[in-house]
Amino acid sequence: MSSDTVNPLISAQHLVKRFGSFVAVGGIDVEVQRGESFGFLGPNGAGKSSTMRMIGCVSPVTEGRLRIFGLDPATDGKQIRARIGVVPQADQLDEQLTVEDNMVLYGRYFDIPRKECRRRTNELLEFVQLSDRAKSKIEPLSGGMKRRVTIARSLINEPELLLLDEPTTGLDPQARHVLWDRLYRLKQRGVTLVLTTHYMDEAEQLCDRLVVMDQGKIVAMGSPQDLIHQYSPREVLELRYSAGANEARAGELDGIGHRREVLPDRVLIYADDGEAALAEVHARGSHPESALVRRSSLEDVFLRLTGRSLAD
Amino acid sequence: MSTPAAVRAWESHFTLYRTIWKSNMLGAFLQPLLYLVGMGLGVGALVDRGNDAEQLLDGLTYFQFLAPGLLATTAMMVSTNEAMWPVMGGFKWMRGFHAQAATPLSPGEVAGGLALWHATKASIAVVGVAAVLAMFGETRSFGLLLAVPFGALTGVAFSAPLTAWSATRETDNSFPAINRFIIMPLFLFGGAFYPISQLPDWMEPIAELTPLWHGVELCRGAVHGRLGLGSTLVHVVYLASLALIGWLIARITFARKLAA
Ligand SMILES: Nc1ncnc2c1ncn2[C@@H]1O[C@H](COP(=O)(O)OP(=O)(O)OP(=O)(O)O)[C@@H](O)[C@H]1O
Ligand SMILES: [Mg+2]
Repeated sequence: MSSDTVNPLISAQHLVKRFGSFVAVGGIDVEVQRGESFGFLGPNGAGKSSTMRMIGCVSPVTEGRLRIFGLDPATDGKQIRARIGVVPQADQLDEQLTVEDNMVLYGRYFDIPRKECRRRTNELLEFVQLSDRAKSKIEPLSGGMKRRVTIARSLINEPELLLLDEPTTGLDPQARHVLWDRLYRLKQRGVTLVLTTHYMDEAEQLCDRLVVMDQGKIVAMGSPQDLIHQYSPREVLELRYSAGANEARAGELDGIGHRREVLPDRVLIYADDGEAALAEVHARGSHPESALVRRSSLEDVFLRLTGRSLAD
Repeated sequence: MSTPAAVRAWESHFTLYRTIWKSNMLGAFLQPLLYLVGMGLGVGALVDRGNDAEQLLDGLTYFQFLAPGLLATTAMMVSTNEAMWPVMGGFKWMRGFHAQAATPLSPGEVAGGLALWHATKASIAVVGVAAVLAMFGETRSFGLLLAVPFGALTGVAFSAPLTAWSATRETDNSFPAINRFIIMPLFLFGGAFYPISQLPDWMEPIAELTPLWHGVELCRGAVHGRLGLGSTLVHVVYLASLALIGWLIARITFARKLAA
């Protein structure tokens, strides 16, 4: 079978990464199909980056079986890396060089001729809307711009698979939406996206399928909608009582909704009908300082699965 | 047409240098010039008045004795600094080595690109010194053409092993100590300023083991046309071995660091 027709694009069986005796990834099974957009969601230290680095063929697999394009990273790392694009968690740009130089030099690592590197650089900078910054050094650019340069750079080898480790962490909402839009376009062009994120809304926006990771393990897998259906009722009622009182007041709410989570700063009530639940709260004479009904999200799924909120 | 991987890795180091080449090259020329005028002419005037100076310096004036050694000491200084903070930066600050390792380049090729760059940087520095020596009648000779590669070789004999070591460090805490306790003593006791026969007897064999001394001997011999075949071979093999072994170990330490 030729590696081009192999499906799935990524397949991992009982994938383990240990650093000394510390288990960063504790045996996960994952399959990503060509053209799919796949997410790893989880809190700090869940093992997302460790997984991405193994898939990116820079970090050796400790145990288990990993295939990318049907190839083995242990023996074919070079060939695999030639066909993927990597957006690492921390930008690795040369701050003293121009945007253009960063792009061209990176293309040279793939043995793409200089002229072709320049052609693609122009195209890609246009794609991430940074053409006017081509001659600017990296240093003075904003975080969002640097992130866009990193994404443009990762596309210089026209990868079939793009690995994005927290592509939008630290960006303001506007910059985040620009990036989401660009990633969505890449997906439409048939690029397979694998990304990690802390953000539920990002996963909901970008992923066809995702896994929720916690402490090196996969705790849930499915489409964002599936997970929400499976682990969280449709709506969430968020109540805020005066500072410190959330815990104490929660007892007044017994029996409302399917389930309740008490967080330090708010009480969450999961219900099929949030407004009805709120009416019931008021009917009991409980008066929170603020109340808000919203659709349940992956954040709620995560809370349900791990008992911890996904605050960043 | 494909370009060797290490050369492609080298391109980014060189491009970075191109952003500072003017000031760097001016420095590479002015520094040795000031040094030679100050030390060579100033101190030389005193030394040459000493009774048996000429005999101790093997028939050379102090300027003639001192100046060629500057090829080797400059290469040493430039190369050691290049093999410390920028290496740390490639792993930890700008993380350029990690960026390279995410591409088809292997860790060994990442290290290879850096080694090539170190050789380039040492050569640039040594050419700067040679240009200054060519301005003075006492050191102007075709031997300078030979002294340049000898100087560059001295440089990589330092940068290669030190690069291998820097790649094992998590912080730059130890770097100033390297300058203070290794490079500075070598600079002072490596035969650049006076013949090592002037050292206490017990120190002399130690000085002969230091790479700097071999580099100084090579450069001085080349400039004044006094190189014997046997001793040249010993010096070159010694320095080349250091460079080669250092580079081989760097390939390993780079692989460890990049493939965690
Ligand atoms: N090179 C390493 N050596 C030792 N431990 C490591 C190494 N890299 C990661 N770890 C540990 O492995 C665990 C998982 O780290 P990883 O970076 O994969 O998490 P993550 O899910 O990406 O977290 P974050 O959201 O903070 O980026 C952490 O506890 C981390 O400290
Ligand atoms: Mg991470």
